[in-house]
Amino acid sequence: MAKKPVEKQEVETTGHEWDGIQEFNNPLPRWWLWTTYACIIWGIGYVIAYPAIPLPGGATPGLLGYSSRGEVAADIAAIDAMNAPLVARINELDLTEIATDDLVGGEADGFAYNGGQAVFQTFCAQCHGAGANGFVGYPSLIDDDWIWGGTIEDIHTTISYGIRHETNLDTRISEMPAFGEFLSKEEIGDIVEYVGSLSGINGAVATEENEMLFLDNCAACHMDDGTGDRFAGAPNLTDAIWLYGSDVETLTHTVTFARAGVMPAWEGRLSESQIRQAAVYIHSLGGGE
Amino acid sequence: MQHIIKAVLLGVIVLAAAFATNFARDLSYQVSAIVIILWAGYLFIREIGKIGNAPVPAETGYMDGVVRAGVIATVFWGITGFTVGVWIAFELAFPAMNLTEWTGPYLNFGRLRPLHTSAVIFAFGGNALIATSFYVVQRTSAARLFGGNLAWFVFWGYQLFIVLAALSYVLGASQSREYAEPEWYIDLWLTIVWVAYLMVFAGTIYKRKEPHIYVANWFYLAFIITIAMLHIVNNLAVPVSIFGSKSVSLFSGVQDAMTQWWYGHNAVGFFLTAGFLGMMYYFVPKQANRPVFSYKLSIVHFWALIFLYIWAGPHHLHYTALPDWAQTLGMVMSIILWMPSWGGMINGLMTLSGAWDKLRTDAVLRIMVVSIAFYGMSTFEGPMMAIKAVNSLSHYTDWTIGHVHSGALGWNGMISFGALYFLVPRLWFRERLYSMKLVNYHFWLATIGIVLYASSMWVSGIMEGLMWREVDAQGFLVNAFSDTVVAKYSLLIIRGTGGLFYLTGALIMAYNLRMTMVGAGDATPIKASAAVPAE
Repeated sequence: MAKKPVEKQEVETTGHEWDGIQEFNNPLPRWWLWTTYACIIWGIGYVIAYPAIPLPGGATPGLLGYSSRGEVAADIAAIDAMNAPLVARINELDLTEIATDDLVGGEADGFAYNGGQAVFQTFCAQCHGAGANGFVGYPSLIDDDWIWGGTIEDIHTTISYGIRHETNLDTRISEMPAFGEFLSKEEIGDIVEYVGSLSGINGAVATEENEMLFLDNCAACHMDDGTGDRFAGAPNLTDAIWLYGSDVETLTHTVTFARAGVMPAWEGRLSESQIRQAAVYIHSLGGGE
Repeated sequence: MQHIIKAVLLGVIVLAAAFATNFARDLSYQVSAIVIILWAGYLFIREIGKIGNAPVPAETGYMDGVVRAGVIATVFWGITGFTVGVWIAFELAFPAMNLTEWTGPYLNFGRLRPLHTSAVIFAFGGNALIATSFYVVQRTSAARLFGGNLAWFVFWGYQLFIVLAALSYVLGASQSREYAEPEWYIDLWLTIVWVAYLMVFAGTIYKRKEPHIYVANWFYLAFIITIAMLHIVNNLAVPVSIFGSKSVSLFSGVQDAMTQWWYGHNAVGFFLTAGFLGMMYYFVPKQANRPVFSYKLSIVHFWALIFLYIWAGPHHLHYTALPDWAQTLGMVMSIILWMPSWGGMINGLMTLSGAWDKLRTDAVLRIMVVSIAFYGMSTFEGPMMAIKAVNSLSHYTDWTIGHVHSGALGWNGMISFGALYFLVPRLWFRERLYSMKLVNYHFWLATIGIVLYASSMWVSGIMEGLMWREVDAQGFLVNAFSDTVVAKYSLLIIRGTGGLFYLTGALIMAYNLRMTMVGAGDATPIKASAAVPAE
């Protein structure tokens, strides 16, 4: 734009003045006005086309018949229709057959694996970690240490019904007693010492005395040799994998107050095929049996 | 007699607060009560000392003491808010900076984040608005502030509100309503202060000696009135106990969400837009020494802005349980709002036509112009992000954070800095600022800081949005949420660095203003004389 001389630019002011400030009486810029009108006209058009005016008995639906919920439902229905044969296949196969199935099996590109991964990243990663490596109190799913079993059926059961999920009738339940209620601190110390000796940690030494305490109080679930019992959900105490920690302080806390972590049941929240897919995925992570 | 009544009132407040301290059900409430004891106790002792004194003769001329206090408070809270902002920006990149091991929950992101937003919006922005509105309304009305010491009550009452709110966040009390976090008793106090503010401002306009009300005052008045309405409605709540912080909102479900975002968006619209436009309409023509570009445009865009903004809130709730018709309303009104918002930008920028050469020499004017440019950019970006298709990508991502910061740092921050640079020499009777060179450094540091901030958040936000929605050929989500957190690590560091630039600029400003106040360097004192209202 050519620079106009200042004098010509001076339109009249309104004649008002405040603290030395005056106001020109310039007209509204044309482009500004027309853009304003264009926006208003566009707005009217949008209001006619989309749900807009609230009336008794519901809002005007708009000429396009659009709704947010309808849009989502249509998107989901399209994907569901596309995947329906695959989902049906997953549901009819035996759990052990899914991973090697021609239609839905295979790693990285398989429908079952991918679906399981998506379920895992959405619903499981919050506790078990995006890499399924777990955290204190949340088991790692990539090792071969399984509290409730590591076959694909076991994993499927755990996902479906959860652990200590009170409102699910089939949930897995084990209740370790809080030994602080009936053993003395010395006795608990002895048990911690014995448990440490099982895997050779904390410089712990087994004695006849602390072994007896272990056998009397713990062996019913954790077995005489401390290798645990998957039916009872009693962890193996002889390996180097510890859900809550293995130092004397943590073990003392565990024996004194017990532990009872909760995993939600996914039955009802996820479809059967999603649970199966998640089981396939988790089973494939390295620890599956 | 007046002193005795005041002293009795303050004594009652101290006693009531002492009871409240004793019966307090939570730490936040207890600490608030102790702060009130100290505050009212100090004033009580001061009033007692005044009993029997001869009445002080009423001062005449403009009431600038409270504006000076407001300028200092603005700088102080600005630095505080920016510092907390930089800290929490780096907390996101380096979670160890939550210092959970040493300070427990007190400095974690969840508590410092509302501290940051309240400190910059309400403490920095609020003090800037109150101080400049008191200055502007007196000059453009040619009248002393209405209500005598009521203006001082507004100032100190507002500082008390800020301190109570800040302490309550750190101590874990919050309504969990964005930008309306303070609990019920703090809300009640702010209501009292705000009504007093309205009285001072409207009273001054009422007794003005000018025939017309200047446009800046329309915007300030719209801001004060609307914020009162928004604040009261959004904070309607029932306290669980008179001796505890916790309260329960009167609204629930999607009505609650809609009320909150009706409030939240208009906090942006009336606090951060209308109020600061008031600032712009005075300080830009004054600094440029040019008439406002168009009176007609100011009328049309004022009323359009006021009418439209209030409907735009639902765009914060696209694709939620909010009915589709309300989402349509929010989106359509947001887009029609685009041009009325730009009316302010045009009027600000075009005021400089014929004076563009001043940008070369006047760094203060340059700061103001950049603020108007960022205003224009964010008021374009806002309507664009209100479009449902765009929003489905941008919502919940860092793009939103980038958007508000290009508005907050660029527009609100920069126009406030411009106003502060304008005000300090005049309020402290100095020929000029201590150093224009430092203003220039501030300008560049702040501008670079904003660019780093906004661009890193654009990249980060769009990346997040794309990663969240990415599905493979079979319709499965490709990324976990944590994947997006990992992906934006370096961008979070750039963002924090941008904030650091901005903070450094503000520290330079604080030094420059301080040196101006004490009259060092170029800031030689002019013959001190109290300004008097023009006849």
